Amino acid sequence: MLTKARIVWIGLFALLALFPLVVTTPTWTSIIMFALMYMAITTSWNMFSGYSGYVALGAACFFGTGAYTAALLAKHWNVPASGDLFWLIPLGGILAMAVALPIGLIALRVRRHTFVVITIAIFFVFQLSAINASFTGGTSGLQLPFLPWGFQDFNVPFYYLAFAMVVVATLLSAWVRQTRFGLQLMAIRDDEDRALGLGVRVWAVKLSGFVMSAFIIGCAGALYAIYQGQIYPQFVFNPLFDISVALMAFLGGFGTLAGPLLGAFVLETLQLWLTENYSSGSLYLIIFGALFLLVIIFMPQGVVVYVKDRVTKREDRERSMIADNEAQIAGAAQ
Amino acid sequence: MTFSNLVHAVIDGVLTGSVYALMATGLTLIFGVMDIINVAQGVFVILGSYLSYALSVHFGIDPFVGLLITMPTMFLVGIVVERAFIARLKGPEKTAMSILVTYAVSLVIEGALNMIFSTNPVQINNASYVNSSVHLFGMWLPFIYIYGFILASVLLGSLYFLLYRTRFGASVRASLADQTAAALVGIDVKKVSTICFGIGIAVTAAGGMIYGTTNAFNASSSYDLISRLLTIIVLGGMGSLAGALVAGVSMIILEDIVAVAWSPVWSNITFFILLVIVLSFRPQGLFGKQSARVA
Amino acid sequence: MSFLLEAKGISRAFGGVQALNDCSLNVEKGSIAGLIGPNGSGKTTLFNVITGYVRPDQGTVNFAGEDVTNARPDEIFSKGVGRTFQLTRIFARMSVLENMLVATQRDESWLKGLTRSMSSASEVDAAMDMLEFVGIAKLAQLQAGSLSYGQRKLLELAYVLIANPDVILLDEPAGGVNLTLINEIASKIRLLNKEQKKTFLIVEHNMEFVMNLCDSVTVMNQGHTLMSGTPAEVRADKRVLDAYLGGGEEEEN
Repeated sequence: MLTKARIVWIGLFALLALFPLVVTTPTWTSIIMFALMYMAITTSWNMFSGYSGYVALGAACFFGTGAYTAALLAKHWNVPASGDLFWLIPLGGILAMAVALPIGLIALRVRRHTFVVITIAIFFVFQLSAINASFTGGTSGLQLPFLPWGFQDFNVPFYYLAFAMVVVATLLSAWVRQTRFGLQLMAIRDDEDRALGLGVRVWAVKLSGFVMSAFIIGCAGALYAIYQGQIYPQFVFNPLFDISVALMAFLGGFGTLAGPLLGAFVLETLQLWLTENYSSGSLYLIIFGALFLLVIIFMPQGVVVYVKDRVTKREDRERSMIADNEAQIAGAAQ
Repeated sequence: MTFSNLVHAVIDGVLTGSVYALMATGLTLIFGVMDIINVAQGVFVILGSYLSYALSVHFGIDPFVGLLITMPTMFLVGIVVERAFIARLKGPEKTAMSILVTYAVSLVIEGALNMIFSTNPVQINNASYVNSSVHLFGMWLPFIYIYGFILASVLLGSLYFLLYRTRFGASVRASLADQTAAALVGIDVKKVSTICFGIGIAVTAAGGMIYGTTNAFNASSSYDLISRLLTIIVLGGMGSLAGALVAGVSMIILEDIVAVAWSPVWSNITFFILLVIVLSFRPQGLFGKQSARVA
Repeated sequence: MSFLLEAKGISRAFGGVQALNDCSLNVEKGSIAGLIGPNGSGKTTLFNVITGYVRPDQGTVNFAGEDVTNARPDEIFSKGVGRTFQLTRIFARMSVLENMLVATQRDESWLKGLTRSMSSASEVDAAMDMLEFVGIAKLAQLQAGSLSYGQRKLLELAYVLIANPDVILLDEPAGGVNLTLINEIASKIRLLNKEQKKTFLIVEHNMEFVMNLCDSVTVMNQGHTLMSGTPAEVRADKRVLDAYLGGGEEEEN
């Protein structure tokens, strides 16, 4: 069925699909490619953290695992410098899921706010391990085969792979949203103990959601590694990455479908544009932080929910007031 | 590993660990009273370091004397941040939101510090006691470590005195135990929260001064700091003052022991791994209150 | 005579406080049982033990002849013990209908939830029927968080009922709601008991509500079960009166 919302969705995706055909400047295809990558990551992250309310700040564990998987496998299997490298992308995702399982087993045992801190601690275990272990190449990182493609079109295959990830992540997230599983994740977000008392296997649901969300993030890590041709532990295991993903999802609208896409697109484009034009990471930090604080103050639910609420709130309130009439007395009585 | 190495590890652990314990106490106090996880604690420490650095380099004020300026300043910074952003957080996602908000605050401060001081690491080292040492317990101890320990002990002592011997402290402890109950017996929890946040940030001025005299730092040192501080308070049990103290000291002792016995390269990770192990068996941390919900 | 739900010798301490001390409670199949007692006498804690939220230090819980003492809340629920909470707990940011759907998968494995849609047509129909039954069907599309307190009580009752549990534990169903609604809730309980042979265990402060509705009543005081009997026996028992008068802060209805 073609609803109005679906037409808008398809239209926006079509625009993104056509973009590299219209704008061929490598600077811009690269910027939007990164924006797409973050859109896929943030959507995937939101599929667990947004729906369940368990804010994980360890997305970089999965991203870095994906990146190192690609780099190490390319080396050990002597993958030639060709499109064959792209087969490593799903392997990066699978390894990220394999890593997510033990992390989830440990971190999901604790209460919600301790969970956040545990994910941070586990992240640092990963980062420090990558810096110090010998098989990761330490601080000098690892090199991947250099793709001998022309400068002008170099970005295009990467662009479409990132685009495909966005599509997969969005479909997956939309699909989860309408399954029983998604319903259970949201029930956990609202009241975990109550959900437990209604027969929801909260432990299994949380763990599988957490592991599923790692896949796309790992794939993105592998894509990043192949694109850069060189990875460093401080860039693929970056604490700023963890928080960026959370902030992007939050800015757009935590737990919504469109929010993370919007937040990631706007913020990543803004960041790369600022870096391109002012080459100042510090300025970006200030703008990023300040923007976020402004959103907290003026639209604490995120941009998407804020806009949606303004549209639907009035009719909702009216309906509720009419239906509520008799029960108002009950509310007043106690 | 020899016995004297062990002694050194313990001494260093007590001296350096006390400073971490001080900074972590601020963090755990804020969490216990307000249910706020202040991820900006790390960058506040660095802000404190830079304040001491600026006073010492540009105005020639001794870092310890400078605390008379930097601690009240950081207290005010804390109050402003609390009033402007933290106090707005409400509802079931308050704690999760607080992490994101304080992270945003920390990004702004980090960006500003980078712009003002650049990213080149600096150290506060123009005071005489920073570079001279004394021979104690068979090892050379820089004076600054001893002074830092004394400062941290005095501040922790005053903090405990404030919390356990004053009327304000009683309100704070009541709020630590149960905010709703505290409000019911007439405690102005909002005011207590704001002041606690201020105090929690004020101690970072002292912690930052010691950190800045014993380490070269730039704004991104805050990541290392905050990861350690968070690990300390989670290990100790979130909201537990005693837990912060014990975990802070044992973190450095453990790191030193691992550094000597195995390799300094891996010592940084040990504490994170210890945290993961402890939490697998005791999800509420060493001194944490057991969760009311048992599932 | 065997009972559907049987708690035997339950004890539980929190820190130094003995919240439950050798509590026993039996609920006959097809009956409406009441559990009363002064504030702080351990009624809700006993509920928490029965439904798996709190582990007892001692004692056993049997349901339909099966030992469920250390089972998790979700396991106990899928065996057929549903409950409501004293302070109603609903999923505030989900719609009323979605709230209902959370509870409809009593026997389903969690893995199946990954592959099936949120609801089937028959589940939605059943949910709407149940909402109709408690009288809030027209609110089905609203966010549950926007409901009034009384409506939340009805929603909580409805989503516990929809899973079709064999025994339903209600924690203060009449607490904080007006008289009309109290009577309405009482009549629903009676109807479910008569027509569908549902078993109920009800914690309630409202004496009248309990005495009129219940077939048997258990009285708790200071963490242990004082006595059990018919409402008339309980009314006549002097120990019960003492417990309440000794309890002090209890308001009489």
